[in-house]
Amino acid sequence: MSQARTEPLPETARRPGDAAPVVELRGLSIAFGGVPALHDVALRLYPGEVHALMGENGAGKSTLIKALTGVYAPDAGTVVVDGQERSFASPADSQAAGISTVYQEVNLCANLTVAENMLLGREPRFLGGIGVRAMRRRARQTLERLGLDVDPASVLGQHPIAVQQLVAIARAVDVDARVLILDEPTSSLDADEVARLFEVVRTLRDQGTAIVFVSHFLDQVFEIADRLTVLRNGRLVGERLVSETSQLELVRLMLGRELETLDRLDRQEAPPVDRDRTPVVKVLGLGRKGALEATDLEVHEGEVVGLAGLLGSGRTELARLLFGADAADTGEVEVHGRRARVRTPRQAIDRRLAFASEDRRAEGVIGDLTVADNMLLALQASRGWLRPIPPAQRTTLVARYLEALDVRPADPHALMRNLSGGNQQKVLLARWLLTEPELLLLDEPTRGIDVGAKAQIQQLVAELAGRGMAVVFISAELEEVLRLSDRVVVMRERRKIAEREGGDLTVGEVLETIAAEATHTHLTETTDGEAPR
Amino acid sequence: MTDTLTPPDLPEATEPERRASRLETARRSPLVWPVLALVLLLAVNTVATPTFLLVDLSGDRLSGPLVNIARNAAPLVLIGLGMTLVIATRGIDLSVGAVAAIAGAVACVHIAGSPDPGAASTAVVAMSLALACCVALGLWNGFLVSVLGIQPIIATLVLMTAGRGLAMLVTDGQITTVTNGVLSGLAVGHVAKVPVAVLVALAVLGLTAFVVRRTALGMLVEAVGINPEASRLAGVRSRTIIWTVYVFVALCAGLAGLMIAGNTNAADANNAGLWIELDAILAVVIGGTSLAGGRFSLAGTVVGALFITTLAVTITNLGIPSQTNYVFKAIAVIAVCLIQSPQVRHALRRRRTPARTVAGGAA
Ligand SMILES: Nc1ncnc2c1ncn2[C@@H]1O[C@H](COP(=O)(O)OP(=O)(O)OP(=O)(O)O)[C@@H](O)[C@H]1O
Ligand SMILES: [Mg+2]
Repeated sequence: MSQARTEPLPETARRPGDAAPVVELRGLSIAFGGVPALHDVALRLYPGEVHALMGENGAGKSTLIKALTGVYAPDAGTVVVDGQERSFASPADSQAAGISTVYQEVNLCANLTVAENMLLGREPRFLGGIGVRAMRRRARQTLERLGLDVDPASVLGQHPIAVQQLVAIARAVDVDARVLILDEPTSSLDADEVARLFEVVRTLRDQGTAIVFVSHFLDQVFEIADRLTVLRNGRLVGERLVSETSQLELVRLMLGRELETLDRLDRQEAPPVDRDRTPVVKVLGLGRKGALEATDLEVHEGEVVGLAGLLGSGRTELARLLFGADAADTGEVEVHGRRARVRTPRQAIDRRLAFASEDRRAEGVIGDLTVADNMLLALQASRGWLRPIPPAQRTTLVARYLEALDVRPADPHALMRNLSGGNQQKVLLARWLLTEPELLLLDEPTRGIDVGAKAQIQQLVAELAGRGMAVVFISAELEEVLRLSDRVVVMRERRKIAEREGGDLTVGEVLETIAAEATHTHLTETTDGEAPR
Repeated sequence: MTDTLTPPDLPEATEPERRASRLETARRSPLVWPVLALVLLLAVNTVATPTFLLVDLSGDRLSGPLVNIARNAAPLVLIGLGMTLVIATRGIDLSVGAVAAIAGAVACVHIAGSPDPGAASTAVVAMSLALACCVALGLWNGFLVSVLGIQPIIATLVLMTAGRGLAMLVTDGQITTVTNGVLSGLAVGHVAKVPVAVLVALAVLGLTAFVVRRTALGMLVEAVGINPEASRLAGVRSRTIIWTVYVFVALCAGLAGLMIAGNTNAADANNAGLWIELDAILAVVIGGTSLAGGRFSLAGTVVGALFITTLAVTITNLGIPSQTNYVFKAIAVIAVCLIQSPQVRHALRRRRTPARTVAGGAA
């Protein structure tokens, strides 16, 4: 396959009966400060296909997309659109050429409204001004297509990251693009939203749009994609028809080796959780108007409690209130049986709580600081600025976690913003592990993390729990929650509706619980419909 | 299909490549341009006046144009240092000129009103009093910004306008003149041939650099400036940090105000430190610290302050008519800022670097 880098791509991978590609990249190379990120990569997009771009964290998927759409200027290579060689100087250029892109990190204005964000730069005109009504109407239509029920007049920043992601997608599909590029669009979506998104994607495909789809969820790739291109370490590994590729084979192509353990986690060795002892953290009636109804929760030493629920169910809100990221209106928190005041993150950290937010870009990454500084931030903050971590200790701590979490590049001096999405996620995880918390709140910790690393991180969480750490685990991926959790708290409409022992619980049972509760609530009460958070 | 598994030869970045990338970073260091600009100015002056760079070591003090520049730049350097930290937290302090005037007023009025206006002890008390006032003013600014959450530019605008009025109240609307050796010594005195003002500025620079880089203050200031929300969630006490930098800049402004008062032996509530806030902000920007907050460079600010002071000297030295002073200054400043602009630099060598690293953002 290595010869495929220079020779034309194999005929087998071409969609039968198809004419010329809409977009073709040839011999694309790009390096950052002398370090190559892409080397001699090719990509062909045909009209009416969903093309998955696959590869590990840091393989170069996002860089390829940015080089194609004019964010980066490639060092070498050609971009051919409709048979014409093009070189885009900016993202606006590529958009004008009919390429609509949703970048990996949502790049919208948090302080504008949903409608403004969707139509920014192409507002409907009304009597010489911007027609606000027309704008909102159009925004609502597009949002409905994606099954998203949010008020177009609401401010974007108040919505959870999943909604923001959907708004970004809505913005991209709203134009009649011939090429639609989606860089990890589903990383924080629930099954329902994914299904809706795929419906839209299929419609567009059938209308002849070429769609690039990046995801670390193999199931999704096999469901939606027609062809795929695999990158590894910035090089082209191959181009395949999805129908002729097995999942196992794809993983081998991506990793360059077999994946060792993707089976059930072995939690047998972990000592059983002792629920008679005082819980590490116990909350009573924790709530906040419009975010979460009064909720009780106990987490014991060595226990993993999973929060299951759909988008807007209050799972993130519960974690945020518990950590003091948002201030609670009601409720009490007990840490080791003692009343504790947890109104700010700082107070929570002093009580040895830790919270890894789902919104990596807005609430985690300090882009212009180095990887080392990002990792040590929480630890340093809790020591106070007068007591810097001694340099020797810094070096060893950072080196240890770079290795433990397999961050690439394993360079403590690299700027955080230059890391790939998945690798940033790992650094943020390390930031919290370094504080050696007693209760670790993980909100979507595997968001954007590749198949290999995901298994590693799940294993790590299981190990931490085995050593006595209490963990609250939140994920839109129910399978993952169930795999890890000793106990599952099911949430819906911003309150807890059930609590189940983990073990043999299945995804179906959880979904049934949620659905059953839905009919129940509709029969007995009317729930208030305030916007989440 | 096993042939597809043959791993394409994938060289990891080799050590020389890494080193090259570090060299590249050094070359792109923000300090390069301000230093070049300063050197250029000095060169222009040397062409006009060949003796410009000569420092006379023979007398009881160093003398020469360079020494004067260093001495005259001292107040600006002091305020610039404080301003750098404030700007790094995404803030700005417009009130430094007014605070400098207040410091001068408080010190001079105290000296003038004391039984022994010429004594060193009087000066020490007066200066301490003045600096204490500055701490209070810094606390006020910090309170408005970090506790009440008022936009820094508005919050400090309050003191910028009200501060000169306060200084007038202190001086009772008069220009208070004093004769005190210690106070004037701060501005025009010498220790071991070196101007005291320069020594004070160097000491504050050294202390600030030490505190900022040897403790974790610098890193936390940058973190708060780059991403306040992420810093808050990581447990950074941003309120304390923001408060600290506003008090620090007020202290720096106070010291500068004392120097200015010592230089003229008078407290002029209306004109002491007038527009120095703009020069300080300019010095910070020329030094490569972004007004958007985040990464900062103390050394850059010092170079920036020297540049601005040298520019003023150059204008007289070249015999440029004083009416065109400001135009000339504006042109020089625009030139420096242009060179630093990422867009311009990018346009100069587009094929070599990513087009829009900033817009590209994370991942
Ligand atoms: N602006 C930049 N400066 C320096 N290095 C960069 C820059 N952008 C990307 N890189 C590097 O290029 C490589 C590829 O990154 P990229 O973001 O394309 O990965 P990815 O395949 O999208 O990964 P992920 O699945 O984690 O999102 C990484 O090693 C990254 O550190
Ligand atoms: Mg990516």
